[in-house]
Amino acid sequence: MLAQIFAVAIFVVMFVLVVIDKIERQWVTLICGILTLIFVFGIGMHSMQAVIDTLNVKGIFTLEFWHTSGEGNESTSGINWATIIFIAGMMIMVEGMAKAGFFRWLCMRLARLVNYKPVPLFIAFMVMSALLSMFIDSITVILFLAAVTVELAKLLKFDPVPMILSEIFCANLGGSATMCGDPPNIIIGTSLGYTFADFLTNTGVIAGISLIVVIFYFYFVFRKQLQAAGKETIDLTTLPDPKDAITNKKDFVISSIIFACAVVLLVTHAATGLTVSFIGVFIALLTLITSGRYVLTLLKKVDYKTLLFFIGLFMVVGGLEQTGILEKIAQLIEHISNGNVLLMVAIILWISAFASAFVDNIPFAATMIPVIKSLAVTTGVSLDTLAWTLSIGTDIGGSATPIGASANVVGTSVAAKNGYLIGWGKYCKAAVPAMLIVITISMLFIFIRYC
Amino acid sequence: MEKQVIISISREYGSQGHIVAEMIAEKLKLPLYDRKILEDISANNGLKLAELEKLDEQPRSHLFTRRLGNHSTSLEDHLLGMQFNYLKEKADAKESFVVVGRCSEVVLKDREGLITIFIVGDKEEKLKNIMDKFGISREEAEMKRVRHDRRRKAYHNEYSEVKWGDSRGYDICVNVTRLGLEKTAEFLETYIEARIKNF
Repeated sequence: MLAQIFAVAIFVVMFVLVVIDKIERQWVTLICGILTLIFVFGIGMHSMQAVIDTLNVKGIFTLEFWHTSGEGNESTSGINWATIIFIAGMMIMVEGMAKAGFFRWLCMRLARLVNYKPVPLFIAFMVMSALLSMFIDSITVILFLAAVTVELAKLLKFDPVPMILSEIFCANLGGSATMCGDPPNIIIGTSLGYTFADFLTNTGVIAGISLIVVIFYFYFVFRKQLQAAGKETIDLTTLPDPKDAITNKKDFVISSIIFACAVVLLVTHAATGLTVSFIGVFIALLTLITSGRYVLTLLKKVDYKTLLFFIGLFMVVGGLEQTGILEKIAQLIEHISNGNVLLMVAIILWISAFASAFVDNIPFAATMIPVIKSLAVTTGVSLDTLAWTLSIGTDIGGSATPIGASANVVGTSVAAKNGYLIGWGKYCKAAVPAMLIVITISMLFIFIRYC
Repeated sequence: MEKQVIISISREYGSQGHIVAEMIAEKLKLPLYDRKILEDISANNGLKLAELEKLDEQPRSHLFTRRLGNHSTSLEDHLLGMQFNYLKEKADAKESFVVVGRCSEVVLKDREGLITIFIVGDKEEKLKNIMDKFGISREEAEMKRVRHDRRRKAYHNEYSEVKWGDSRGYDICVNVTRLGLEKTAEFLETYIEARIKNF
């Protein structure tokens, strides 16, 4: 009982501190993680085994951590090192690509392909945002896409805000399509043993259908601004050449090949048996080996704060899991839904979506994974159904507000730094209906396909 | 003015520090940047002045905004960033000026010609000034004073390691009630001239 009280108290304090954002979030989760080890496992449970299970270091030195026999391998509770190693590896790869000018080149090339016409540009950037976010973290995608959008908007004289808002939404949507697109998916995938293909054929289908709908939706919402945008005649020869974005041709080719390798390895990892931890380390090593004297620069650019945030978070959630608190939440959901799978899916989907709109979706997803595991065991509902529901709820819900997901923060910030202020009103007016549409589509899809 | 001098004036609400800043700017024939910064930002970026005024010198809401590295969803953060850039550009152009508030002593702290001043006043005097300016009761003036000072403090402390009004963070702190507006302005001009000679 004492351990449970400690676990809940530490979790609540951590959640509140992360939400109010006064102390950097990695220190919040790490300190709360250490408190979990001391108070929950030490004073409350007197269990060294719980500490060992939560730190989960032993798992890294097993063959299964790097290679499985074809099927996804379910991880134990505690710190999800696979997620951390994979994210770190992808960060290094993305830094290498950014340094070579890959993203800016891609954006400029696409803009030229559609002749800089506002409506095709609007659609092309939405699609590119979704596609890139399937493989690369949405922060990087939006960082470059929003910057190029503002640059083009200044040259072509149009308001970039509608495009940036649409790109942000599509980045979150694209991220929901794959295992590596969004942090909640990486955590869900590595914790529950799903593969890239599992996500693509489930959440990927939902994201694909939703993308088509939101393209029409955003066009309808912003049609007046888009129609007004194409009226001025611009001398296209004055626009920047995409080739100018490439800082070094050799680095550009190498980073493109590494990216292609990462995509192939991820798409085929169920068949090859290579885990995301292996892929993360392999891709990072390739990038570092080929980066020559820029090794230290790339390593310095890794977002260690996010990695530390994850480590602390997993420890705190481990406390909730080991003390059986999350099982109690699962029992509550089971009780409310009375065993009705449709109601259970609706509860998980909508609660995940609304919670993720206001609080960081990563702690939410990490907390909910043991809950859905427990629900699947006690109610007999397929874990897959609950996993896809949680994934879509957390990924898409985060799109609704400026603070719901990291891509939203970066996108609105890039716009503001260039003099285009996007407040809650402007953001939510466009994004909330889009979120509601996509969540409704997802719910219907899950009902029809899985229930 | 031969040497560049930047006079940053912070003030308590109701102390009439702004009037002292105007007097100093006029006497030293320096441009005064206060609300004008907002007007220029509004004109240069096509932003509505009324919207900027709502965000000006406001602390960000920790509950409804989020920061990620050097990115933020807080419009207050972004407006302050624009004001910082505005002041840095003026300073880089070797312009001498007087600036009121806007955490200017924080953003310009490494500039050689910077003189930082904090103006306070006796509580009764400040209340009287607020009551006269807005035609409100003593209770209303007190509430307004507390609200504005709390907001300025929160805003300043959000962006500065040195606390708002902490004498260690300023070159000189002066109580305007002791000498009155004109004599305080004269006293500060003497101080500024002495400082300029030492630059």
